[in-house]
Amino acid sequence: MKNIRNFCIIAHIDHGKSTLADRLLQATNTISERDMMDQVLDDMDLEREKGITIKSHAIQINYKYKNGEDYTLNLIDTPGHVDFSYEVSRALAACEGALLLVDATQGIQAQTISNLYLAIENDLEIIPVINKIDMDGAMIEEVTDQIIELIGCKKEDILLASGRAGIGITEILEGIVERIPSPKGNPEAPLQALIFDCVFNPFRGIIVYYRIVNGSIRKNEKIKFVSTDQEYDADEVGILKLKMQQTQIVDCGNVGYLITGIKNAKEVKVGDTIISAANPAEAIQGFEEVKPMVFAGIFPVVTDDFEELRDCMEKLQLNDASLTFELETSQALGFGFRCGFLGLLHMEIIQERLEREFDQTVITTVPNVSFVAYTTRGEKINVNNPTEMPDPTQMDRIEEPFIKAQIITKPEYIGNIMTLCLGKRGILINQSYLTQTRVELIFEMPLTEIVFDFYDKLKSQTRGYASFDYHPLEYRESDIVKMDILLNSEKVDALSALIHRSRAQEFGRKLCEKLKELLPRQQFQIAIQAAIGAKIVARENISAMRKDVTAKCYGGDISRKRKLLEKQKEGKKRMRQIGNVEVPQEAFLAVLKLDD
Amino acid sequence: MAGIYIHIPFCRKACHYCNFFFSTTLQLKNEVVDAILREIELTTGRKTEPIETIYFGGGTPSLLTTEQLKKILGKLHVEFMVSESAEITLEANPDDINAFLAEDWRRMGINRLSIGIQSFYDNDLEWMNRAHNASQGLNSIELIRGAGFENFSIDLIFGAPVTSMDQWKDNVSKAVQLNIPHISSYALTVEPDTALDKMIRQKKKMNTDPDEQAKQYEYLMDAMTAAGYEHYEISSFSLPGMHSRHNSSYWKGVPYFGFGPGAHSFDGQQRKWNISSNPAYIKSINEGKIPSASELITPIKRMNEYIMTSLRTAPGIDLQFFTESFGEENLKQLQTGFKTAITNGHAILNNDQFFLTKEGKLFADGIAADLFFPE
Repeated sequence: MKNIRNFCIIAHIDHGKSTLADRLLQATNTISERDMMDQVLDDMDLEREKGITIKSHAIQINYKYKNGEDYTLNLIDTPGHVDFSYEVSRALAACEGALLLVDATQGIQAQTISNLYLAIENDLEIIPVINKIDMDGAMIEEVTDQIIELIGCKKEDILLASGRAGIGITEILEGIVERIPSPKGNPEAPLQALIFDCVFNPFRGIIVYYRIVNGSIRKNEKIKFVSTDQEYDADEVGILKLKMQQTQIVDCGNVGYLITGIKNAKEVKVGDTIISAANPAEAIQGFEEVKPMVFAGIFPVVTDDFEELRDCMEKLQLNDASLTFELETSQALGFGFRCGFLGLLHMEIIQERLEREFDQTVITTVPNVSFVAYTTRGEKINVNNPTEMPDPTQMDRIEEPFIKAQIITKPEYIGNIMTLCLGKRGILINQSYLTQTRVELIFEMPLTEIVFDFYDKLKSQTRGYASFDYHPLEYRESDIVKMDILLNSEKVDALSALIHRSRAQEFGRKLCEKLKELLPRQQFQIAIQAAIGAKIVARENISAMRKDVTAKCYGGDISRKRKLLEKQKEGKKRMRQIGNVEVPQEAFLAVLKLDD
Repeated sequence: MAGIYIHIPFCRKACHYCNFFFSTTLQLKNEVVDAILREIELTTGRKTEPIETIYFGGGTPSLLTTEQLKKILGKLHVEFMVSESAEITLEANPDDINAFLAEDWRRMGINRLSIGIQSFYDNDLEWMNRAHNASQGLNSIELIRGAGFENFSIDLIFGAPVTSMDQWKDNVSKAVQLNIPHISSYALTVEPDTALDKMIRQKKKMNTDPDEQAKQYEYLMDAMTAAGYEHYEISSFSLPGMHSRHNSSYWKGVPYFGFGPGAHSFDGQQRKWNISSNPAYIKSINEGKIPSASELITPIKRMNEYIMTSLRTAPGIDLQFFTESFGEENLKQLQTGFKTAITNGHAILNNDQFFLTKEGKLFADGIAADLFFPE
């Protein structure tokens, strides 16, 4: 156990975490040149493309230290996005140390700071590393100051590296051995292992990743998960090299995997404790169920495909337990699902995975947060869907979730950020200079305001020089109204939105304008209206289409023209009929594309 | 009964809106003509069917010399049973036409001409990048009449951004005054990947306005009908008895042979199209192989094509013919789709004919698509 080191890397997106990880694996011959694919740890297509880690992974590195001793270094990779902060916290809890990786050209970002605080809370030994020191625009001095100020370390504690150029890799490996403490635990005590991740493998079922805190786990042993109280046989245990490597036993302090034949991710909860069925111990610590923050409807584009979509959603949930869904019926869209996501990125990922991995094209409706309404009769109603909103005459009050938003930026962008956040009903709580050129702003804001276009606006208002992180606060009373969209006087339930009264009119106007762009002209005039209750707050008209006929049709044109009309028909099939108006799929996404 | 289409893929100048296959380098003309002759020989299939129509299209068939045209016609007469009363049409551009050539055409048996007039206004013609001007257009009509052609058609394009309503009205009345026996008239269409398409995307040219096009089309329908023309197909107007027999065959699903680069053919089951490249066409034909791709026209596709093409014609869908060709069940399904168009005033069902009203003609595509059978 004294030669085991469990560590993770805390870094902001694009600060070079994956490249650095690859270098560590190469330098220790954990992977051969032949196996080398850039950024080995990010193995989902989507992760590669978005350059972020969605699910955490782990890999074991065997390292011969300069004194000749062999060390086992377990690198636990952590997700890099605020949507997945609970998974981050569990990955951190499985480690004794962390590399704090900061891009020399960019300095410390909000996301890094919040994860760093999590690491410090978990008593992790922090090894600060400044990466990309070979790049033009590296500000080594300035970033060094930032780090010293932030964690109170000495200048000489900070390692300098470049993943791309392979600089500083040996120093980092030696630093891990020398500075990160070995795991403490009792090998003789009953088994306690912390689950920090699980993945779904279509052939093996759920593969559970854990860190053994006390005791050890043996192949074929009967084990139990504390939170679900379910018993399983440990069909296979082992350690995580580039591929899984079976062993008879995984010892105290080590990181390993477990296969029990579980098919459904719901049975395995990140943060739960694995114990021995024969000799049960306590849970290591209480764990939280992750709660969805954002809700939206997902509907098949063609109504007939509902059963197929249900199948795919169920499969998707097998490997992403944080996705929740229940049946939803919409007049406009037919049968579909009300889904809960950890955040907007998570929603986007689910949608893309449905398309790429399951070949499903779907309509996603206006996302909203979860509101709490109290009726005059004293009932409390969770409103995850505009249709669940009680009638205004029966409503006593409604509350909305607030967050604490932390934004780190350059001083010249303070004004823009203030305008943005105050415009989104934010309340400035604190403003402090981390260094002369970096300022931290703390706002309390309604979560619903960051669901739409906040990230994009923040990015454009600060030319990308702002990082953002948030944590949920409590629910607060608020003037939330339901805004409906009507097409030729027919209400389109799938376009209804829950929104603060002060923002409703502008939102309605923009939405009507966007819909005017997206709805094809039809043989009659279309009136697009936004309404709060019976009051119309915005209106646009689409004039009637006067012509839908193409010119000539000679011999050579017949096949081509037939195909065009077949496509036209196919397109119509994909449209939804609202009263007499045909609405294309894009229109339901209009609300996500509103701009100024 | 069958028809023959010959594609002559050469043009002096590229009209910006055109999406037919053509080349503006004329060097390979002889080789292409020779290859067409060879292709006619190589063609197997029902060559004993009486040929009722022959159509030289393009490109610009009037770019062929008298000798070249004669060779092709001669070969057709040798290889096929060309009916004595066959309609033989040649597409000709005004700038190619002269008295001698027109005389030659008539003598060799060409009995119908289709002239690419497009407009009687120079600003339209320049905008379209046509090779001729307005006076050449008028002159060409006089010349062919002088050579004895009474059966001919002119093309007129409406709805270009430079074509004002007044200009369009004047174009139509000129055609009527000239007592042109047949007019093919269509809205300027921006086809993908044409020069026009690119220019519009690069904002070098204005896009067309569908509402203005609709107005000009409505005017056209009214004016032509008032002048005694039959509006016998969406884009085709004729004085009584002067329909294009060749085009009408396409719309009735009559088989046709196609020769030349990019030419299409249909044998009742398969639609084939030759490769759209002059050198590749010549090379393959010289090796004894007709370079074509094909599409099987399944019964459903045939049904949809019938719906699409017949709806464009004045008599519309003939329910008896439909039943005989595709069966009772399909007829029943087809009829369920009639209601919307009838309620909207876009179509009429009368004496087993389902046909479009004047208003309906503006929406022919959508109405046909709605009636399509799923594959």
